[in-house]
Amino acid sequence: MSDRVGEKYGVLGERVTLKHGAGGRAMRMLIEDKLAAGFAPLADGEIGLAAMDDGAAFRLGDGWLVVTTDSHVIHPVFFPGGDIGRLAVAGTVNDLAVMGATDVLGLTSAMVIEEGFPQSDLERIQRSMQETCQEAGVTIVTGDTKVMGKGELDGIIINTTGVGLAESIVSDSGLNPGDRIVLTGPIGEHGIALMAARRGLGLEGDLRSDVAPINDLIRTARGAADGSIVAMKDPTRGGLASALTEMAEKSGVGIVIDEASVPVTDVVRAAAEILGLDPFHIANEGKAVIGVRPNAADAVLTALRSNPQGKDAAIVGTCIDEHRGRLILDTGFGRRLVSEPEGEPLPRIC
Amino acid sequence: MTSVGTSKISGQAKELKFRDPAQARALSARLAGLCDEIGRESVQVMHVCGSHEQAIARYGLRAVLPKTLDLIMGPGCPVCVTDMPEVDEAVVLAVDGALIATYGDMVRVPGTAKSLADAASEGARVEVVYSASQAVELARSCEAEVVFFATGFETTAVATAAIVLQDDLPPNFSILSAHKYVPPAMEIVARIPETRVEGFLAAGHAATITGWGLFEDFVDRYGLPVVVAGFEPLDILAGLVRLVELIRDGQAKVENMYPRCVTREGNTVAQDQMWRVFRTASGMWRGIADIPNGNLRLREEFAHLDARARFDIDTRRLRAHVPSKLTERCICGTIMSGLALPTDCELFGKECDPENPVGACMVSSEGTCKIWHQYGGHPEL
Repeated sequence: MSDRVGEKYGVLGERVTLKHGAGGRAMRMLIEDKLAAGFAPLADGEIGLAAMDDGAAFRLGDGWLVVTTDSHVIHPVFFPGGDIGRLAVAGTVNDLAVMGATDVLGLTSAMVIEEGFPQSDLERIQRSMQETCQEAGVTIVTGDTKVMGKGELDGIIINTTGVGLAESIVSDSGLNPGDRIVLTGPIGEHGIALMAARRGLGLEGDLRSDVAPINDLIRTARGAADGSIVAMKDPTRGGLASALTEMAEKSGVGIVIDEASVPVTDVVRAAAEILGLDPFHIANEGKAVIGVRPNAADAVLTALRSNPQGKDAAIVGTCIDEHRGRLILDTGFGRRLVSEPEGEPLPRIC
Repeated sequence: MTSVGTSKISGQAKELKFRDPAQARALSARLAGLCDEIGRESVQVMHVCGSHEQAIARYGLRAVLPKTLDLIMGPGCPVCVTDMPEVDEAVVLAVDGALIATYGDMVRVPGTAKSLADAASEGARVEVVYSASQAVELARSCEAEVVFFATGFETTAVATAAIVLQDDLPPNFSILSAHKYVPPAMEIVARIPETRVEGFLAAGHAATITGWGLFEDFVDRYGLPVVVAGFEPLDILAGLVRLVELIRDGQAKVENMYPRCVTREGNTVAQDQMWRVFRTASGMWRGIADIPNGNLRLREEFAHLDARARFDIDTRRLRAHVPSKLTERCICGTIMSGLALPTDCELFGKECDPENPVGACMVSSEGTCKIWHQYGGHPEL
């Protein structure tokens, strides 16, 4: 029903605050300026830390080896539509998929568990990870387990690293003016479901996280128009606004989104309005944005819609040569800029 | 947006018919025609509500307004006009060990020395709530003194009043009222010598409580038209059309363009409760002016629930802190009085942004500066 408001507002000067983990600009600055600096780059054409992409890509024979890693913390551990185990598998599988590595060699799983964590919950998480692995056609190949003292962490942290192979890779910086932006399904479901669960909002309606592995869906899209898919990203923390802004900045294009074409379920839209939040800022865990050459956009859309996970996919925008690095929303009334969220979205007074 | 999925609340979302772009274009053309008829270089109107500014910016409505119509935002953000000493009171209570419960946008508003968020990062307990009743629940669930830092206009003041009138409030619950009352602030703006405001768009939700009849007196005294408008894009555009018609015709009267919610009398039960619980008091609205009767304070008979009566809140120790030089250059007050735009401020988007706000207007999602920073103000897109 209420939140502890400690450091999350970024008031601590030179210290790390929760906004640095919220997926927006503050987090990107921290990583660019501090964490990713000073490491030797990879060979030309390979994707390493400096690219700040969803993962790294090495040349391997004629193809690519893609690696990504992600630590998962979430409260509550079990939420409508999923749990931390499903999130840990899907999150890493999806990061590989949007790099183009839809065939996953294996995942690692490292768990840090708080003393006193119920073993029954651990078993439930384990079963969920198994099921999600089956859905994604992947398996866990190695792992690590640590236990820390009571109060030293909040329940459980799961880190998963994924390794996959790709014939060709897709970065998040390949957009050109004229390219179309395809969204694989409705936005905002994960973040809104969690907020409702955390705060006990008592909203009616089926608010469920969309957390799911989407490597099969991405494989379908690439099968329809492989060379024409020029950029991909999964709009997780920071939502669609952060993902598209980052793609626009890295690609040096402007992106115009037609609001009427962006799928949002009624239940998410209503909940977001009640809370004074913008669905563009809300996290997703089972969606991708795909940049496609204009002449292949319809083929990609048709392919996506043939897959149950992509039945609500839509072409939502176009890249332009002006307003480079900016995200512009055509509301049907007028146009405005879309900004990235600043820290965790907070509900308004009225 | 595409509709997918169904649910109980989805039905209500579908009912919203006030977002039709075709009708918006027709209203926009009508506005342009009216401004042409008036034929002056500029017609200036003011709205006094953060929710109006949110909707205007959110839907990009300024892009479809005629260039000669100058729509400015007045002192309509309750968070922005909450005065520094009021924030200081909450900060002192928090530092002294009370648990402060307040609305989300209050926590980062800078006080003299620090914000509630600063206090929280130093160990004080500050919780975000959605409603006064959640603050009461919080008090029931813990031992600590819970102080509800109550902010907002009539719309949230009535919710606070309803809580105050409950019988079984927990003994560790009290209220620090920073509630504001809008009508006196409109008078101040109307009286500012430099003002060129020719009419007001009044906030539909506040009028739902107070009734539109409340503005008749104002109209009589200042000879300016007032149109009560709702918050959907078509509500706002239709309200503006009516307001500019009244300006063209030189008619000073109140018009209710939000009849699906607002009546002449308003919600009399809520009004009764509000005035049973609160009295008006004069005081500063941050950056604007000392507003006679612009503050709502708990009446004497509710002193047992009034944090100001219950605790010795000594804010002097914060005053020793010298406000930063940046604060002196902040023009939030001038912006809220409708005399300047955020882009007129030398700090806007540079030293002052939502991550490091200097003035309160950059903190609240209803603050003009925050909204312009988020949505781009008057972008040529």
